[in-house]
Amino acid sequence: MALQLRRKTHESVIYIDRDSAPRIIPSGEDFILEDLPIGTRVLYPNPSIKGLPNREAAIRYALNHPHGCDPLFAQLEPGMRVTIAVDDISLPLPPMATPDIRQTILEIVCDMLAGHGVDDVHIIIANSLHRKMTEWEMKRMVGPRVFADYYPDRYYNHDAEWADGLIKIGETRHKDPLVLNRRAAESDLIIYVNINLVPMDGGHKSVAVGLCDYQSLRMHHDPQTIRDSDSYMDPARSALNHKVVKLGKIVDETLNVFHIETAINNRMYGADMDFLLRNEDDFSAFDRMKFEAMRYAMSKLPRQARRKLLHSRPSQYEMIACHAGKTEPVHERIVAKGFEQYAIPIRGQADILITGIPDISPYNVYSILNPLLVQVMALGYHFNFYRNKPLLKHGGVLIINHPCYDEFDHNFHPSYIEFFNRLLPETRDAFTLREKYEQEFANNPSYIEMYRRGNAYHGAHPFFMWYWGENGRQHVGRVIAAGAENAHVPAMLGWERADNLTEAIAMARSYMGNSAQITMLHQPMIGIADME
Amino acid sequence: MAGAAFYDLEGTLVSTNLVHTLSFYAGRQQGLMASFKMSAATFLSLPVFAVTDQYSRKVFNDLYFKRYKGQSEDRLRYFAQDLFEDVIKPAVFPGAYELIEKSRSLGLRQVVITGALDLSVKPLMEHFGITEYVTNRLEFVNGVATGRLLPPVMAAATKASWIRTYTEREGISLSDSYAYTDSMSDLPMLSIVGHPAVINPDMRLRQTALHHDWPILDLK
Repeated sequence: MALQLRRKTHESVIYIDRDSAPRIIPSGEDFILEDLPIGTRVLYPNPSIKGLPNREAAIRYALNHPHGCDPLFAQLEPGMRVTIAVDDISLPLPPMATPDIRQTILEIVCDMLAGHGVDDVHIIIANSLHRKMTEWEMKRMVGPRVFADYYPDRYYNHDAEWADGLIKIGETRHKDPLVLNRRAAESDLIIYVNINLVPMDGGHKSVAVGLCDYQSLRMHHDPQTIRDSDSYMDPARSALNHKVVKLGKIVDETLNVFHIETAINNRMYGADMDFLLRNEDDFSAFDRMKFEAMRYAMSKLPRQARRKLLHSRPSQYEMIACHAGKTEPVHERIVAKGFEQYAIPIRGQADILITGIPDISPYNVYSILNPLLVQVMALGYHFNFYRNKPLLKHGGVLIINHPCYDEFDHNFHPSYIEFFNRLLPETRDAFTLREKYEQEFANNPSYIEMYRRGNAYHGAHPFFMWYWGENGRQHVGRVIAAGAENAHVPAMLGWERADNLTEAIAMARSYMGNSAQITMLHQPMIGIADME
Repeated sequence: MAGAAFYDLEGTLVSTNLVHTLSFYAGRQQGLMASFKMSAATFLSLPVFAVTDQYSRKVFNDLYFKRYKGQSEDRLRYFAQDLFEDVIKPAVFPGAYELIEKSRSLGLRQVVITGALDLSVKPLMEHFGITEYVTNRLEFVNGVATGRLLPPVMAAATKASWIRTYTEREGISLSDSYAYTDSMSDLPMLSIVGHPAVINPDMRLRQTALHHDWPILDLK
């Protein structure tokens, strides 16, 4: 490793030296301490941008100074029909400490609507094909006042399988349909309340995806689109984003959408666990004590209790920007603010990329990170956290750290179980899976009922999770699951396994050479490798 | 090859069970005294029904259908429509309509296999628009029920065996077929189809479904 490379290039990029402290690496619900090879480049989350001191004032200012349209109050008339759509529980991660930003916005917006004589107001959770939120989660998200006023008749989850509740609003020039929630589509005004955690969120995706049905969604949630996205965290080079923007144009031509987008900083944890986001070399004695105490307590608990404990710690995100108005100018500003928080300038790709997989994902809130979700976090989210070119070289080795336990949540992920046990042994080819089985799962009456009346992800959702890892799967040479407690889960996913990280690194070096450049994403982190 | 959806009925698509039907008839006997006597007997038999149902569906059926001994066929048929309107129709699970509709839209043959009596099931099948169903049938001699069932008695393994014969005859693929039930006694029926699912299961069936990774539906 050349000295020139080892120098501190950015405050979020650390090179491991002879006297470096061991690093904390998440592995599911556990955190392990590991000495990394000298010269390893470790990426940390950027320092948090300070949150706006007065959230309410910032929201009111945005509503009154929108981009590309009249202020919200000027668009309101007594007797008009308004639908407010909000992001679901997949944002932010982990769920944020109350009051949620959505609660603050909704309280302001609902008061404004009532003040202008607008009574016909529905609040719809734009969950698309995600699981419907439970009553408790819905209350937590919007706060007791809005919940008491609107639930259950006027505050509910979107249902992508309720034929009477959907309506086709148009189609692309390729004849791809766009079917949206009828209540929203037939409203005089749609107000969308968004939280932007990663650059993929928000924009046209909010309405055109969050409120659509399965047939509309599968037109862009397909393996080829994901392959063509380089990466899907980079809107300018994301084929997925380009397709969604085309649908967004239809939405803009047909419906009146007032978009409220917010950007948040990366303060994932409060004082009790914020050491997980910091450079271990800078730990105080108190930080080390907190980590050891946490590790000791966790080691005494069964996995389910550890999971529950981690899920009970709300994130401490703060709002750093709020814009409102027409979707595109609003989204452009929010994405720019997001990159300001997340972009880490990086020079040089890695031969070996290490990423611990923490128990955090958009799809396992209050649930289990099952093998398919481990896959989507590794080859999907973590791999795609780059701009310009991948952090990992083509054909490089991705090392993940996770127990890869064979556990599924029967209420939330029923179709995942069948996908994993029945389909993956037959093929891992995303195109074959889509052609041969996706419709069968999507139309399975049992899965549809569990989605509609329960809290299950849609029957087709595991397919999207598999496609979501498609560009990563095509790019990496090998994936090694370090610390996997069994052999069959990594094998089923097409991965190799190693007992621990040291063994995994040795295996990776045997493929990539002893001088291979090793980079580690210091999870949990939200950061975009901004490649030169 | 086409598939089919096989449904158990009571507890699966409707919240009523066999005892509701018996209670309904018990309260509509000829004369107040007769109604009181049969209602009381039905009520006192509840613990026995509960225990035997856990032990064996066959023993339960033997005991349960004996309660119909001496009932006139005319009377049972006469009250069947009232039974449907007053008891069964309000007890249909809201999700049952969606499940059947979705299943039908996939081109699956809709078949109900139930241990209930044909005369009480017919109006409900017309309501659902299901033409293929198999039920238990009481034996009548001179228009009076003997308290025995005509074979084949639909319970447990018999349902599975009936499904096998039916699918062979109709050229239906078991692998592409679905089965829905709420009862552990229908385990054989769940075991032979490609897409088993349980609906509103009790603890035993829930554990079994979890063990086999079968979908667990709540149609309430």
